[in-house]
Amino acid sequence: MGMTFAEKILAQAAGKDSVVPGEIVMVRPAHLLTHDNTAAIIGKIGPELEKYGVVDPDLNVIVLDHVAPAANEKTATGHQKIRAFVKQHGVKNFFDVGEGICHQVVMEQGLALPGAIIVGSDSHTCSYGALGAFATGVDRTEAAALTLTGETWLRVPPTIRVVLEGNFRPGVSAKDLILTIIGELGSDGANYMAVEFDGPAVERLTIEDRFTIANMGIEMGAKIAVFRVDEVTETYLGTIGVRKYQYDPVWADDDAEYAQRIVMRLDGIEPVLALPHTVDNIGMASEHAGEPIHQCLLGTCTNGRLSDLRTAAKIMRGKKVHPSVRFLVLPASRSVLQAAMSKGYIQILIGAGATLLPPGCGPCLGAHMGVLAPSERCLSTANRNFQGRMGCKAAEIILASPATVAHSAIHGVITVPEEG
Amino acid sequence: MRVWNYGDDINTDMLFPGKYTYTCGTLEEIKPHLLEDLDTEFAGQVQAGDLLFVGRNFGCGSSREQPALGLRGVGIAAVVGCSFARIFYRASINQGLVLLECPDAVEHFEPGMPVELRLEQGELVVGGKVFAFPPLPPEIMAISQAGGLLNYALAKLEARASS
Repeated sequence: MGMTFAEKILAQAAGKDSVVPGEIVMVRPAHLLTHDNTAAIIGKIGPELEKYGVVDPDLNVIVLDHVAPAANEKTATGHQKIRAFVKQHGVKNFFDVGEGICHQVVMEQGLALPGAIIVGSDSHTCSYGALGAFATGVDRTEAAALTLTGETWLRVPPTIRVVLEGNFRPGVSAKDLILTIIGELGSDGANYMAVEFDGPAVERLTIEDRFTIANMGIEMGAKIAVFRVDEVTETYLGTIGVRKYQYDPVWADDDAEYAQRIVMRLDGIEPVLALPHTVDNIGMASEHAGEPIHQCLLGTCTNGRLSDLRTAAKIMRGKKVHPSVRFLVLPASRSVLQAAMSKGYIQILIGAGATLLPPGCGPCLGAHMGVLAPSERCLSTANRNFQGRMGCKAAEIILASPATVAHSAIHGVITVPEEG
Repeated sequence: MRVWNYGDDINTDMLFPGKYTYTCGTLEEIKPHLLEDLDTEFAGQVQAGDLLFVGRNFGCGSSREQPALGLRGVGIAAVVGCSFARIFYRASINQGLVLLECPDAVEHFEPGMPVELRLEQGELVVGGKVFAFPPLPPEIMAISQAGGLLNYALAKLEARASS
């Protein structure tokens, strides 16, 4: 019998001919991602680091993004400790404040390659499935153990196959698709499971679309969310300087066994919202048109890439942000920001009244730069709308696509993207 | 012993707000904010040996480990739930926090019922009714018995260094 992507890649990693869901295998990941939480991670293993050192200076990838630039003495001290650790142990892949959100930086730097196993102490590590990697989140303690030993355990997950067909209607995007899927499966619909995206529509999804979709796999509980490597992937990897001989793509066999198969027609997707306070609380944007908002956030690891900024800039050209709304723009990386500047998107957005934030996680996790007040409501392109997420328990977060957020910023109320 | 009872989809922001994740890492720092946006009484009243009875998908969301570290640290004997989110489940193994996936027990439970945990026997007694829970897989049991992942990894490293 054939194997799924997850079965195949975990069998390879464990040196076995085959594995079955539920089996536990020991693996040595290609990379371990950590971010500002590196300070807490190395704090757990101070004496052991002195005694044994890091297992491999190429394993750790560290990106300072969560509270960047530092918001206070404590976070600044954390960054300082991380820089000292990087220097002392010769960590090769370190990206300081301002380079961008860890997941975007990992992808741009060619550190997430097809067929690789990557773990990260961040739940959105699943994003690299966009490039055909087996990528999943772990906790800080596990990152500490990995830093010393380089190995960990993974349970072979059952897999859901999502077949995508058709074309998006104008005004509808990958964000609306993944929110719709999460609404159908539920926030634990893929718990412990792998999700494979396949079907004739995949070849028409850009790498950025795929990134948005894979990024939100965790919002339905998925261990990984992954796309087949195709010409789109190869072309993208070529643009960042990765050659084909440097990676070894893996994909499911045709006769693999799935726990569930679902078919999504892209033509049937409408602009949607994830309403407070869970990501699977999906409503049609049209049913909430005209409802008040106080802040709009365009950016984050879900929708802070060049195509997202282009979508917003096209909508906002010659328009102004409504005076009752703060419109925050958060590019996913320095490289995205530079490209958006050279295309003129940033100038349009700032000219329309947007506030530009430095590349990083910004207000998404409520630590700084755009925290909400009680009874305020933020319309955001991020991936989580949990109560209190943006720093205030009595505020509301609604998730939407970049087009919906940009239109709404102009009108000061929830506004459905125009067709055509 | 008190049983704290919560519903479905309790996420990591409710268990430990994201705004504290880069300023609170030790148990003493975590304790006052534990379950802050879910139950304001919890942090002040929880006692060692208490249990949590929860619904589906407990611990969904972020990979932050303060919820697992904090619940273990205040002495929660076990979290009994219908299901647990994956990263939280992993973090709990790594911290040595006992999670019991036992939807029948959660369904049977009503506030005020006496509850007894017999961990070694693999049994939970809720209102006089006995529920059995399956043992952990051997690989995971080894981590749990070592007192969490870090101890497990360090024992391996020391064995390698001395061989």
